[in-house]
Amino acid sequence: MISKVTRRSVLKAVGLQGPGLVLLSPALAVAATDNTVQDDFPLGVFVSIAKAGDVTIVNHRAEMGQGILTSVPQIIADELGADWLRVSVVQAQGDAKYGDQSTGGSASIRNHFPYLRQMGAVARDMLEQTAADIWQVKKSEVKTLNHQVINVKTQKALAFGDLVEQAAKLPVPKAEAVTLKDESAFSLIGRDVRLAGQEEIVRGEAIYAQDIQLPNMLVASIERPPVVGGRVKSVNATAAKKVAGVVDVIQLKDRPLPTNVKPISGVAVLATNTWAAHEGRKLLEIEWDTSDKRVALNAKHNSAQYLAELVSAVNTQGQDVRREGDVYQHTYDPDKTLEATYTVPYHHHMSMETPAATAIVEGDTCTVWTGTQSPQWAKGLIAGELGIDAANVTVNMTSMGGAFGRKGKNDFTLEAVELAKAVGRPVKVVWTREDDVKHGFYHSTSANYCKAEINTQGGADYWLQRVAYPPIGATFSLDAKQPSAGQLSLGFADIPFELEHLSCEVHDVETHVRIGWFRSVANINNAFSLGCFVDELAVKAKISTHQMWLNLLGKDRIVDPAKEGFEKWENYGQKTESFALDTRRMKAILNRVVKESGADKKVNKNEGWGISYAHSFNSYVAAATKVRVDGDKLTVLEMHTAIDCGIAVTPDRIVAQMEGAMIMGLSTALLSEITVKDGVVEQNNFYDYMSARIQQCPPLFVYIAESQEAPGGVGEPGLPPVLPSIVNAIYHASGRRIRDLPVNKVLTV
Amino acid sequence: MLKLTLNGQPVVLDADPNMPLLYALRDIQQLTGTKFGCGAGQCGACTVHVDGEPVRSCITPLSVVKEKHVTTIEGISSGDALHPVQQAWLDNKVPQCGYCQTGQMMSAVALLAQNTNPSDDEINNHMQGNICRCGTYPRIKKAIKQAGVMIQNVKRASVNTPNTDTGAQS
Repeated sequence: MISKVTRRSVLKAVGLQGPGLVLLSPALAVAATDNTVQDDFPLGVFVSIAKAGDVTIVNHRAEMGQGILTSVPQIIADELGADWLRVSVVQAQGDAKYGDQSTGGSASIRNHFPYLRQMGAVARDMLEQTAADIWQVKKSEVKTLNHQVINVKTQKALAFGDLVEQAAKLPVPKAEAVTLKDESAFSLIGRDVRLAGQEEIVRGEAIYAQDIQLPNMLVASIERPPVVGGRVKSVNATAAKKVAGVVDVIQLKDRPLPTNVKPISGVAVLATNTWAAHEGRKLLEIEWDTSDKRVALNAKHNSAQYLAELVSAVNTQGQDVRREGDVYQHTYDPDKTLEATYTVPYHHHMSMETPAATAIVEGDTCTVWTGTQSPQWAKGLIAGELGIDAANVTVNMTSMGGAFGRKGKNDFTLEAVELAKAVGRPVKVVWTREDDVKHGFYHSTSANYCKAEINTQGGADYWLQRVAYPPIGATFSLDAKQPSAGQLSLGFADIPFELEHLSCEVHDVETHVRIGWFRSVANINNAFSLGCFVDELAVKAKISTHQMWLNLLGKDRIVDPAKEGFEKWENYGQKTESFALDTRRMKAILNRVVKESGADKKVNKNEGWGISYAHSFNSYVAAATKVRVDGDKLTVLEMHTAIDCGIAVTPDRIVAQMEGAMIMGLSTALLSEITVKDGVVEQNNFYDYMSARIQQCPPLFVYIAESQEAPGGVGEPGLPPVLPSIVNAIYHASGRRIRDLPVNKVLTV
Repeated sequence: MLKLTLNGQPVVLDADPNMPLLYALRDIQQLTGTKFGCGAGQCGACTVHVDGEPVRSCITPLSVVKEKHVTTIEGISSGDALHPVQQAWLDNKVPQCGYCQTGQMMSAVALLAQNTNPSDDEINNHMQGNICRCGTYPRIKKAIKQAGVMIQNVKRASVNTPNTDTGAQS
């Protein structure tokens, strides 16, 4: 139950007093992050220290399995000079005082590394100033080391706990005014530290959105319109209301298209327990209305036919996105020219925890507990829905049982708010697996076309590529017909090859389902098509795929697509030189994965290696996969990835993300697809939207490049090159070239 | 009224006998360590033990567990002392999001109760009903092998001192 609790009492309650790392459950953190940690003294918004010396650091980003619960406090603790074993971690609420909390785009570290260091340095500066005042010396004559401030001349030391009460009385210095450590002095960054939250997980004590229990709470199960934009024409809830435990049946309000990230209406059954809510819902009799002109188009959507239309489109000239030279005024030598079209189906995130949120609405205040990647967005949306001040909205961030982009949308959070207001009691909305699969924000189905002519050096001078897919923008605007410049910068028009003649083109398309961000987004289809096409070119040129990549990447150089015909290039939001596209790093990571994996070595009959490479989210990743194909039976034998993500903050979690990316790559390339018939998603659950299981997982190997470059993304960059590496391996093992995913359409996996 | 033994304690439930065990554990007993993943026995996130056997609690009606011994993740440790499987999970930093891991561990505990030295194939066969979308399978394999060794060591120690309760078994 929710009650005001101090950090210390929680430490006691879970029996973890003393050195160690403690995650307060989000429900408890409500109290702990704000007013009630009376025995802790705040030094800025991220750090507080108790007189006994124990340090508490806030993680303000959303934890969904990527390990940011450790990495954010780790960066701050390093700059602070804290002993990691005396640090506790508290999950923040959604609050603008922490800065940007929208956790997506692999951005937590790559966009905020200097800022997080400043937050640690602010606290350190206050401790150092206090020690300097006590010793009557200049601040430059003291330094922080291992939970103490030391007088450099006298070697006297004062512990953090002895300084903090006085330090907390100082004004908090401006972030830009404090000095950062020299990077050579990092004590925690780059080291494998004890991970936050793991013990709670293995004890079954971590609190996810599905786990929230409040007094007087009802659980809601919602029947939603099968076609996007559909509305309730009529509902008969008589039988549903007779189910023991069912308290109420509420029709959610109709909402216009575009859906945005808001609920899509439907009928909710509210009950005193989850089972009764689901059972009651099964007895609802609902007629849906899809007569609206646009909704009627959605109701005619068939994904197979739609994809065929995308394929036709990309085989014709499109609108220019990037152009160098002229690919059209050229006579192509058919013996040296290759054309290919690659397709990827819709995909769904399929996080193990389905969406869930709990809300209380009382007067002009609202409190939610939700598994959200976007807590501040949720806050604004809730305030808008209820017509109240955002300051009266409290967003508690629970642990997320996976997210992969799905939980950046707050539709389920708003459902809980709408129902809690309607029924005047706390309401927890829980999605079934079928709800999750059928009402997702899908990864776009797509077609990519590539054409190139091999030159005498075994590279290419002429290169044409086109893409068509329903854009994420269509979820927000009915006028959006093609991907934004940012989306087109995801491994498509930022192609880094040295080419005399290049054309990157896009086609307009209509959108009929909700489209969203899925781990690595359009890098999936773009890296798949490019990675396979380079492999096909290599085969045609009779050189290794590795050599073809090196030839196409050319000499060491900084690639600036904005100066090479793609004025609207967005480098994942990074404009600084430290995130420049560097072909030297691209080639180095490819070389690394080939060398480590042995992908250039001879293999047994029916076996083959495939390699690929992709840059995304300011990191460079190369993949190598070895497979065996016996007749129609595919066995994946081993998988390797090498990543250059600049400074590797938490190496073990980088390895974990790369392992996860390889397994998700297996699922995405081999096993799963979302199909739509007459506007309705055909899949239901894990039996028809499949995810790799343990027996399908080969040995995995990860290599991290040593680097002092600015830290790039980690959560997403692993995935894009994995898919083409698998499909290329199948070709080299069997001679079968697969251009349409998933592979299980043609091979037994 | 329905009687059963839950994590060693007698429990009387006033609930529909058709209610799946999962919802009784989570909503009535407030034991939220057991997770909903699919509601169809497909993913293993809801795995608990009934009389020592791993079952999918999302498709196991309460009527089936009447008078039986049910063990959940909350029941496998002895106070502060983690079960060897939990310890091995921590040592190998297995969890990413962690949501499926309680079910994974309950399956692993049941496997190791039968066989403390499982081969890769035996692990694959036993664990293939538990999906992890984050992709922690290689670490799960390592952790199961390590936990097997830990359990063997505990057993060896308890053979030498037969009256000592190891506290490690569910």
